[in-house]
Amino acid sequence: MLTVLVRRLANVIPTLFAIVAVVFLLFSVLPGSFISAMNEDGRGMIDPAVMERMRKEMGLDDPLIERFGKYVGHLAIGDLGNSFRTKEPVTKLIGDRLWPSLKLVLAAMLFAIVIGVPLGFIAALKPGSVTDATSMVVAISGLSLPKFWLGLMLMYLFALQLKLLPSFGYGDGGLTHLTLPAIALGVSPMALLARTTRAAVLDVLNADFVRTARSKGMSEPRVVTWHVMRNALVLVITTIGLQFGSLMGQAVVVEKLFAWPGVGSLLVDSVFQRDVPAVQGCILLIVLFFLAINTLIDLAYVAIDPRIRYA
Amino acid sequence: MSDVPLLAVDGLRIDIGSGAQRHAAVEGVSFSIARGETFGLVGESGCGKSITALSIMGLLRQPLSLGGGTIVLDGQPIHKASAAEMRSLRGRRIGMIFQEPMTALNPLSPVGRQIAEMFVLHMGMGWKEANDRAVESLRQVRVPSPERRIHDYPHQLSGGMRQRVMIAIALACSPDMLIADEPTTALDVTVQAEIVDLMRELCAAKGTAILMISHDLGLVAQVCRRVAVMYAGRIVEQRASAEVFKDPRHPYTRGLLASLPRLGARSKQGRQRLNEISGVVPAVSAFPKGCRFNPRCTARTDVCMVEDPATTALDGGVGLVRCHNA
Repeated sequence: MLTVLVRRLANVIPTLFAIVAVVFLLFSVLPGSFISAMNEDGRGMIDPAVMERMRKEMGLDDPLIERFGKYVGHLAIGDLGNSFRTKEPVTKLIGDRLWPSLKLVLAAMLFAIVIGVPLGFIAALKPGSVTDATSMVVAISGLSLPKFWLGLMLMYLFALQLKLLPSFGYGDGGLTHLTLPAIALGVSPMALLARTTRAAVLDVLNADFVRTARSKGMSEPRVVTWHVMRNALVLVITTIGLQFGSLMGQAVVVEKLFAWPGVGSLLVDSVFQRDVPAVQGCILLIVLFFLAINTLIDLAYVAIDPRIRYA
Repeated sequence: MSDVPLLAVDGLRIDIGSGAQRHAAVEGVSFSIARGETFGLVGESGCGKSITALSIMGLLRQPLSLGGGTIVLDGQPIHKASAAEMRSLRGRRIGMIFQEPMTALNPLSPVGRQIAEMFVLHMGMGWKEANDRAVESLRQVRVPSPERRIHDYPHQLSGGMRQRVMIAIALACSPDMLIADEPTTALDVTVQAEIVDLMRELCAAKGTAILMISHDLGLVAQVCRRVAVMYAGRIVEQRASAEVFKDPRHPYTRGLLASLPRLGARSKQGRQRLNEISGVVPAVSAFPKGCRFNPRCTARTDVCMVEDPATTALDGGVGLVRCHNA
C-alpha cells in the first residue's frame, strides 16, 4: 500500500509542473492584463504613466522565462504570489475559500453517491421493470439539465415558492444554505453514477461466477451481497473518482449562481479582472484536488481488487 | 437401474424466446441416471446439452424457459419445485462444475471462502468452522498445502488448481449428483486426465452420480458407463459406452467417432486428413423438415427428408437410436 502511494505521488509532480506551465503560458499569450481590465471596468482612463509604473511593479514587463522561473521558484516554497486586486497573498485568499468549497463538493458527492448508486442498483436488479425505466429517465434528465438552469429552478421552487430554504449565500455555512447548491451540483454526477452502477451490476450479474454462486444454492440477495456488490464496486469507484475529482472545477457555475464563497467564484472573479496570480492559484488547487482524489481512488482499487498491484 | 433412478428426465422441452419468437431448443429429451452411475451427454456446441444441465439445476434464465416434460430427482418432481426448494437442492444434492474455472470463480474472493460458503449455506456452520472444513475439502482434491491455499485468490492459482477448487465446491456437501459441464475443455491435456481421474475417484468414494457434458466423445466414453448423443436439441442415440464404440448406429455418432484422431492412423493409411462431419448445426429457428440431421447425413434416404424418425430400441431395450435407417 505504501509503495503504491509513493509511486502515485511521484507521478503527481510532473503532472503538476505541466499544468502550472500551461496555465502560466496561457495567460501570457492572452490579450489584456490586469491593468487593461481595470480600464475596461469603467473606472475611467488611467494615466498612461501610472499604468506604466504598475506594470513595472507587478513585473509584467519582465521576459516570460524570467517570470515563469520566479513563479515556479516561489511556488516551490508554497508562495503563490500576491493578488493583483487585493494585494493579499493568494494562499490566504484561497485558504478563506477552501473550506466552503470542500464542503460544497463533499455534500454534492455525498448526495450523488447516496442517491445514484442505490438507484442504479435497484434498476439493475429488475432490468426492464417500471422501477428501472423510471430511474433511468431520472438519470438521463439529470445528465442533460444544465446546472445553472437546475439551480435556478431549485431556487424558484424551494426558496421562492415553498420558502423552505434560503435562495443563496453562505449564511452560517450550515445545512440550510448548503442544501440547494449541493443538489444543483450533485445531480449530474448522481445521474452518471446511477447509469454506471446499473451497467456495472448488470455486467456482473451475467458473469460466470454469479452462475456458480447460484449453482451453490445461494438465494438471490446473498448472491448480490456476497458476489455482485464488491465486483460492481470496482467499476463504480472509477466513476466516483472521475466525477469527484472534476467536481471542484464544475462547482464554478453553481458557486457563482448561489453566491457561494468558494474557490470557484473566486476563480471567475479573478479571471474577469485578469488577476493572474489568483487565477493560477485557483486552477492549481482544482488540479491538486483532482490528483488527490485520483490517488485515493487508486488506493481504493488496491484495497478492493487483489488482482491489482501497481508493481 | 433396477429400482427408482436418482434422476429421471422425461420428455424435456426447453424453449428459447417467447410468443411468436418461441422455439424449442431442446425437445423430447429423456434419460435417467441411477445412483452412483456415470452418464455422458455428448454433442456439438449449440446442440442443447448445456441448457439441459442448467434446466436440471433450475438455472434457466431468460430467454430460456422450461417448455415441458418432467425432471424427477429421487422421486421429487423438481421441474415444479419452488425457488426455495430448488435452492436447497442446488449445491446440497446436485453440485455443478463449469468449463472455465477462471471466470467461474469470484476473482475478488479467496478460494477458501468460496468453498466455505457451501458449509455456511447448507450445513449452518459459522465461518470459522466452515473455513476449517474448506481446508479439508482442498486436501481431498489434492491441492498442496491447503492451509495456505485457502487464502489465495483465483488468479494466483493455475487452471488445474482452479478446477480442483471448483470440484471441491461442487462436492463439498457430498451431493447425490455432480453435473460436469465441459470440465476439462479449458485445461491443458496433461491436466485434463488428472482432473477427470480426480473427479471419478471422489465421486466413486462418495457414491455421487456424474452427469458429464462434453463435445469429446472419447473422453465421455472413458469416464461414463452410458452415453447419450445429442443433435439439434434431441437425443439421437443413447446406449452403453462400450456399445457406442463397438457399433455406432446413428450416422451422426459414426461421424463423431470417425472424427476422433487416432494415434498411428497416419502411418497405417498414409497421409490422411481427420474426418469431419460437413456442414453446421442448424439454427434453433430453422430446424430442417424430417430428420434434423438430414442436410449433413451421408446415409440419407427419401424418407429422411419428410418424416421425423421415431426412436428404435436397441440392445434389448436399454439403448435407443433415432434414425430411419439404423
